[in-house]
Amino acid sequence: MRRDLVLATRHKSEWLTALFFFVMVTNLLPLGVGPEVSLLRKIAPGVLWIGALLSTLLGLQRLFSSDHGDGTLEQMALSPVPLAWLVAGKMVTHWLVCGLPVVLMAPLLGLQFDLPARSLGILVLSLLLGTPILSAVGALGAALTLGLRGGGALLSLLILPLYIPALIFGAGAVEADLSGISPQGHLSLLGALLVLSVFFSPWVTSLALRIALE
Amino acid sequence: MLAVAQLTCQRGARTLFSGLSFTLPEGQWIQIQGPNGAGKTTLLRVLAGLVQPREGTLTWQGQDVQECRAEWQRALLYLGHHAALKEELTPLENLRFSLGLEAFPVDEAALMEALHRFGLQEREHLPVRYLSAGQRRRVLLARLLIRPAQVWILDEPYTALDTHATQFLSTVIEDHLERGGSAILTSHQTLGLRPGMSIAL
Amino acid sequence: MSNSVINWYKYASPATFYPLAGRLIPWFSGLSVLLIAWGLWIGLFVAPTDAQQSEGYRIIFVHVPASWLSMFIYCVMAFWSALGLAFNTRLSGMLTAALAPTGALFAFLSLWTGALWGKPMWGAWWVWDARLTSQLILFFLYLGFIALQSAIDDPRRADRAGALLALVGVVNIPIIYFSVQWWNTLHQGASVSLTKAPSMAHIMLEGMLIMALGFWSYAIAVVLTRVRCIILERELTNEWVKRNAVD
Repeated sequence: MRRDLVLATRHKSEWLTALFFFVMVTNLLPLGVGPEVSLLRKIAPGVLWIGALLSTLLGLQRLFSSDHGDGTLEQMALSPVPLAWLVAGKMVTHWLVCGLPVVLMAPLLGLQFDLPARSLGILVLSLLLGTPILSAVGALGAALTLGLRGGGALLSLLILPLYIPALIFGAGAVEADLSGISPQGHLSLLGALLVLSVFFSPWVTSLALRIALE
Repeated sequence: MLAVAQLTCQRGARTLFSGLSFTLPEGQWIQIQGPNGAGKTTLLRVLAGLVQPREGTLTWQGQDVQECRAEWQRALLYLGHHAALKEELTPLENLRFSLGLEAFPVDEAALMEALHRFGLQEREHLPVRYLSAGQRRRVLLARLLIRPAQVWILDEPYTALDTHATQFLSTVIEDHLERGGSAILTSHQTLGLRPGMSIAL
Repeated sequence: MSNSVINWYKYASPATFYPLAGRLIPWFSGLSVLLIAWGLWIGLFVAPTDAQQSEGYRIIFVHVPASWLSMFIYCVMAFWSALGLAFNTRLSGMLTAALAPTGALFAFLSLWTGALWGKPMWGAWWVWDARLTSQLILFFLYLGFIALQSAIDDPRRADRAGALLALVGVVNIPIIYFSVQWWNTLHQGASVSLTKAPSMAHIMLEGMLIMALGFWSYAIAVVLTRVRCIILERELTNEWVKRNAVD
């Protein structure tokens, strides 16, 4: 994992791309639907969440592919350290590089959509709980599509349906808060999803990697 | 001792080899020969445990590899024909990380010495991107000196090496066999090693 | 005990399964034609006209069984996938691959008939109803599975990667259904609830069950046919296929 972080710092463009993508997508939307404040506030949770979702997709394709290309992945599979552990490390790195900047940027973009301060807090909290799910589930898709033709499009097709629960509960939490309902139910369900995906995904992903390596 | 019995392997609909059996005692080495695409690399990957064979068994010290996977992985060192190096990192960092990946203790002085012995003085801190193919290969081979293993599985280790490095690699392998280790390698070149067994695919 | 295990393995071998499937196909095809004809007759002529929905509602005799089957087939796929991963049998992967297009077809049929039904009912082709949305997601899952399988050249990897995906999908389906349900109740204003269907007449249920059985036989017949093709394709080099081709 430390190695991946070092690599990431030497590849600044990678995480900057994800961040800029997030900013661009969410900023294009008001241009598409018009600047009416009440409408923008209504769609803000969904827009910000979908922006976050799409920008994590960007980094996923490269999650295993460079290690696959240069043979490092084989060495990882042969290591006495369980592959699931190494995979978990890569997921954490992906989250730190693609997820965390998005979480930190979100309140600023929320301001553009005129979200009240309380909802901004909920937005950050929901993204904080939700983006690791995206990294964990996304890693599975990346492992399944490793080295395939049209891997990127295929990855989205496989992964986006699985992102739906996270999207619903994440954006739902902010929406609930906006309409004056307690977002606690949404957030605890999101937390449950987080626990499930973080617990199982490294293991399933390592199986998928072994299949891909054959 | 590594023993292989009735190994069969398929790639797609094509059978690469079938009914392959051999044993590799300590202090011995095997050269795997065959034309391109005959399945040399696949055989090595099967031996390393990266690919499940269609049929057949692999035993290490009398135990099925399926049951003693961890011991087998600790006993073997597999160097594939990819360099497994990160372009952005220096040779030293690459070695350090690859040892860290396998949870082996890192001894900085030993890393330096290994790189020096493979003729990479003053290249230790240069990103791998700036190294030639032969130099990259030597960074990879430096792992042979620092990562203890009983069985070496080497895929085309002599590729891109100059005469000097080729000779040095041969002495490294010779030393390894001398100490009771064993090796399996694929190569097209004649090696200047002590006579070993040979398998043709 | 050991005896029965051996027997199962015997049928798991493509060489024995191939002729067995060949013998079963005509039976299931015939059965499906009979059952579907019978079900349609009940649906179109026997079942009474609905007071609120007039004749348009009759499309549920296709819609509901198709939805059932699409979900059921995904579970069957997951079942074979689990077997395939656990016992490393080749046939399981072939069956899973053969099931997917039929499942996708039923999911699509269910969506399409849902839209046809929705137009006269609510005046819209598409309503963001929880069930319709879940069905759409199920359709996407099928598409993802098929796309993944067709993108992988090596059949062994295709089978195993597909199996893993199917299992992950089947674990996720309840979560997705639940979340969509939740999402739907939260946005009550925007949708029409389908859940309060008028109490169903006995004859309607009967018609739907018969249709479902008919679809089921159809699915079995088609899947067996497709599996025979896949077996031939993959085992081309094997002796028994060559003998068979000569016969």
